[in-house]
Order: sequence, then C-alpha cells, then structure tokens
Amino acid sequence: MSPRRERAMVEPAEFRSYYGRPILKEPAWKQPDVPLYLFLGGAAGVSAMTAALADVTGRAGLARVGRLVASGGSIASVAALVHDLGKPLRFLHMLRVLKPTSPLSVGSWILSPFSALAAVSAASEVTGLLPRIGRLAGAGAGLLGPPMCTYTAVLLADTATPSWHEAHGTLPVLFAGSALTSGAGAALLAAPAGEVGPAVRAGLAGAVAELVAEHHLETGLGLASEPYRTGRAGKLLKAAKALTVAGAGLSLMAQRNRAAGVLAGAAYLASGLCTRFGVYAAGVESAKDPKYVVIPQRERIARRSEGR
Amino acid sequence: MAEYGTQPRMGFFTDTSVCIGCKACEVACKEWNGVPEAGGLDLLGMSYDNTGALGSNTWRHVAFVEQPKPAESTVDLGMPDVGAPGQDDPGVRWLMSSDVCKHCTHAACLDVCPTGSLFRTEFGTVVVQQDICNGCGYCVPACPYGVIEKRESDGRAFKCTLCYDRLGAGMEPACAKACPTDSIQFGELDELRERADERVRTLHDSGVPEARLYGHDPEDGVGGDGAFFLLLDEPEVYGLPPDPVVTTRDLPAMWRRATVAAVGAAAVVVASFLGRRR
Repeated sequence: MSPRRERAMVEPAEFRSYYGRPILKEPAWKQPDVPLYLFLGGAAGVSAMTAALADVTGRAGLARVGRLVASGGSIASVAALVHDLGKPLRFLHMLRVLKPTSPLSVGSWILSPFSALAAVSAASEVTGLLPRIGRLAGAGAGLLGPPMCTYTAVLLADTATPSWHEAHGTLPVLFAGSALTSGAGAALLAAPAGEVGPAVRAGLAGAVAELVAEHHLETGLGLASEPYRTGRAGKLLKAAKALTVAGAGLSLMAQRNRAAGVLAGAAYLASGLCTRFGVYAAGVESAKDPKYVVIPQRERIARRSEGR
Repeated sequence: MAEYGTQPRMGFFTDTSVCIGCKACEVACKEWNGVPEAGGLDLLGMSYDNTGALGSNTWRHVAFVEQPKPAESTVDLGMPDVGAPGQDDPGVRWLMSSDVCKHCTHAACLDVCPTGSLFRTEFGTVVVQQDICNGCGYCVPACPYGVIEKRESDGRAFKCTLCYDRLGAGMEPACAKACPTDSIQFGELDELRERADERVRTLHDSGVPEARLYGHDPEDGVGGDGAFFLLLDEPEVYGLPPDPVVTTRDLPAMWRRATVAAVGAAAVVVASFLGRRR
C-alpha cells in the first residue's frame, strides 16, 4: 500500500495503487491466435492488391502467388479469429449487426467478404475454371486489401490498454508498413524473380514506414512507450527491426539472385511476425502494471488543473 | 413499471465512509445471480481481501485498504481500528469500499461489442445478453475500470447487471438490499447525486476533508458513472483509475488515421507497379 518508487523513465514517478494489483484486465485474446490473425490479415490484404495489379500488368506468376497468399492468409485469419472466440459456433453473431463503434464489427465486415472473394479468385487460379469471375473476385479482394491492412490497428487502439490506446496515431502506420513488407515477403519468397520488381519497391516503402513507426512507438508515447522497449516485446521489436533492415537490403538483389530474394522474403515475413507479437506483448504488459494507468492519468489531471 | 420513455436512470451510490467490510453484498450478489466461485479458497496473501478484484465471477468486490494513520487524526468515524497483537500504537486505519461495474454513460464495453450483445437497458444500465455474446472478449480490454471479464469455464463475458431482473420486478438490487449500513444505496441517479453532495458536505463540516466523490461528474471521461462512490482517499488507492476515459472518444480520429494509412498502403502498391517493366 505504501507508495512505490519506480525507476524513472520519463520523470521520477511516484504513484499509489491497491496493493500493486492491476487496475485493468489484460486483453482476453489467445496467443498465438490473435497476433497471427493480425499478421495474416495484413499479408493477405497487400497480396490481394498485388495480385490484382499484377493481373492487369501481365505478371502471371506474381498474380498467382498474390491470389494464393490472399486466400490462404485471410482464411487462416478467419480461422484464428473463430478459434479465439469463447463460443466459436457463434461466429456468425459478428454479422448480425454492423457497428461503426466496434472495430471488430467493421473488421468482420471487411474480413468476411475479403476472404470469400480471395478464395474465389484463388480457386479459379488453381483450377483454371471461370477465369473472368476469378479476375473480378480478385479485383474485389484487391479493393478490400487496403482496409484489411489497417483496421486491426484500430482494433487494438480502441481499448483502455495503455500502450495500445496511446499508440492510436502510430499503430495504423506501423500495421500498413508491416503489411507491405509481409505481402512483399510472400511475393519475394514464391514469385518468379523476373516479376518481383513491384514487391521489392513496395517492400522498401513499407520498411521505411515500419521503422519510423516503430521508433515512434518506442520513444514518442511517454510512459506508454516503455513496454515497447523492454521485456519480451522489446526483444521482439528489436528483432523485427533487424529483420526488416535485412529483408530490405537483400531485396535489392532479388531480381538478379533468386536465393537473395528467398532470404529477403523470409526475413520480411519473420519481421512481420515479430512486429505483431511484439506489439501484442507490449499491450499486455501495459495492462498488468497499474503504473501505466495511474501515472499518465495523474499527469493528465495535473495538466488540466494547470490549464485552468 | 413506468410508461415507455418515462423510466428514470437508476444507479448505485456507494458511500464507502460507512462500509464495514462485511461482504454481505458479495454474498447476496452471488446468491441471487448464481455467480460461480472465483478462486476457491485461495488466500491472496496481501490483506484481508481474498477476493482481489472485480471479474466474471465477482460482480461486487469489497476492497480492504490498510493504511498508516494520517498524522493529525481526524474525527473518529468509528472505523475498525485494529493493529497487530501486542502492538502499542495501532497506527492503522482501514478503508473499505464495495466496488461494482460503473454502468458508464459512455460505456466502452457496449461501444466495442461487435455482436450487440451488450446493450443499454431502460434503466440506463449496461447489460450483457448472454444468448448473443460469442465470447470475442473485446469488451475486456475496452473497459477503463477493468470490470468485465470472460468466464474461463464458459467462454462468454460476464459482469454486474445491476440486477436487471429484480429492477424489472420493481425490486432493488441484491447487494443494496443486503447492505446493513446503507453504504450501497440504490435509486434514481439524479436523486442519488443530490444525496451524495449532501453527504460530502456533512463529512467536510464534521472534519473529514478527504471525503470526495468519484464517478459522479457527467463531464468526466466516461460521461459520469451510473454507479458512483464516496471515497476517503485517492481513487487509485482503491484500485480505481484516477481519470478514466472511454476509449471510443478517440475512435473517429483512429478511423481517420487508419483510412489515411490504408490509402497510403494502396498508393505504395500502385506506385510500385508504375514505371519499369520488371
């Protein structure tokens, strides 16, 4: 019950709590289900965009990979989401309303048609049947690709979990960047070297966005940044940055050297996994310790009373 | 039952200055609502409080705060005043407080629920429809007070209903009914707020300057609580957040940022296909 003195990260912070017990509940989502759901959704979204554009620009190999990853990724993403439900058979209750105030409701309405369209386009790709319907479905999935990349950022940020909520301006950028590198990674890994030019360029842009956003998460959010730098989340995000840099570097040789392309793709995908698991872990950490709730809220109260 | 649209908002005023920590509220709540046991007979080893926190299996939770006595002793409110055996100077005061779901005006759990399972009742309370809840768990991290929780044995989310069934039958909630000191008061929220202001004035006049209300202000970050409190110390001492904000207040900004980021990602992919053939 006595005031605890914490190691100063932002400023010397003294705070009181109820026997040091957490104020908030930890996110109830399962691991690895939900971090995987985040990762797969992003990779699928960018892959669907890539597939649609590769299709119209005559890159058949890249289009094929994009369609398969979009379909496989989004269906696995739905499976992870359903598996995470306490009542999996009630998944369809997600679709009984459309609520803009619930990112999970909006997300379900993005993910469900996306995965259906991606599956149709992949099925057409694999079987060669109904090519026009396949292309049309692929184009539809491509249009839903961008929201697939970023709605999950809102899903995490729209909570009371301090390190997620405080990051609500940054997470969409991070998730967009991470989706770009993951999508590019899948293409680099599996598409013919002669067609991966767009993936290389998209991956580089995604890598820059990701690194800038990660840096901001780790330094720009006051006390809420601490969980992104320390512990398991800190290690995962450090690994993510290193893998992104490695993937970006290797991708520059991908069009001449197939092995470099495969390595770049693997690095990008591993980075995507580390990013999603790292962000998830940081949020959980920030819900466990009452200091992440009490200190910033006390500072907010102090700022308010100074302002008046 | 009132005519449609005329039912006033109902709530709790929990006056912790008269709470004696008897836990009748916890027991009555469990009995009436059929809430399963929380942690068996585990001892938390931190205080006389072995319930610990609100959760899916604890809809009322009595906090036991043991503190060194303030230097200048104030008027004796008759709080239990017990130290360790053989200790000369007890030097300790107890704060007891029965915590409960706040039934926020702007309820994050209700906002983020993707199925519409959580809804606002005619009494202005927030209730989970258990036959709709699919156990997505989104309400759990959304609550700024850490109240609602998924029940492990069941998979769905549970919390205080403010005894929706009893209210419908014109009865008061089980916890308020069982409270022997009227620390838990149930009634129309407007009236409870007046009563609470009066009580704080009385306490201040009788030399308890630390008495303050928590969750009563309709201008606060959650638009005021349907269940609010009179506390004798800072909220965080009782395990309450000092300045909770409904997360969905920032949701429009989040959707805007996500849209910009999504358009950015699309632009990157489109641009990556421009120019060179390879």
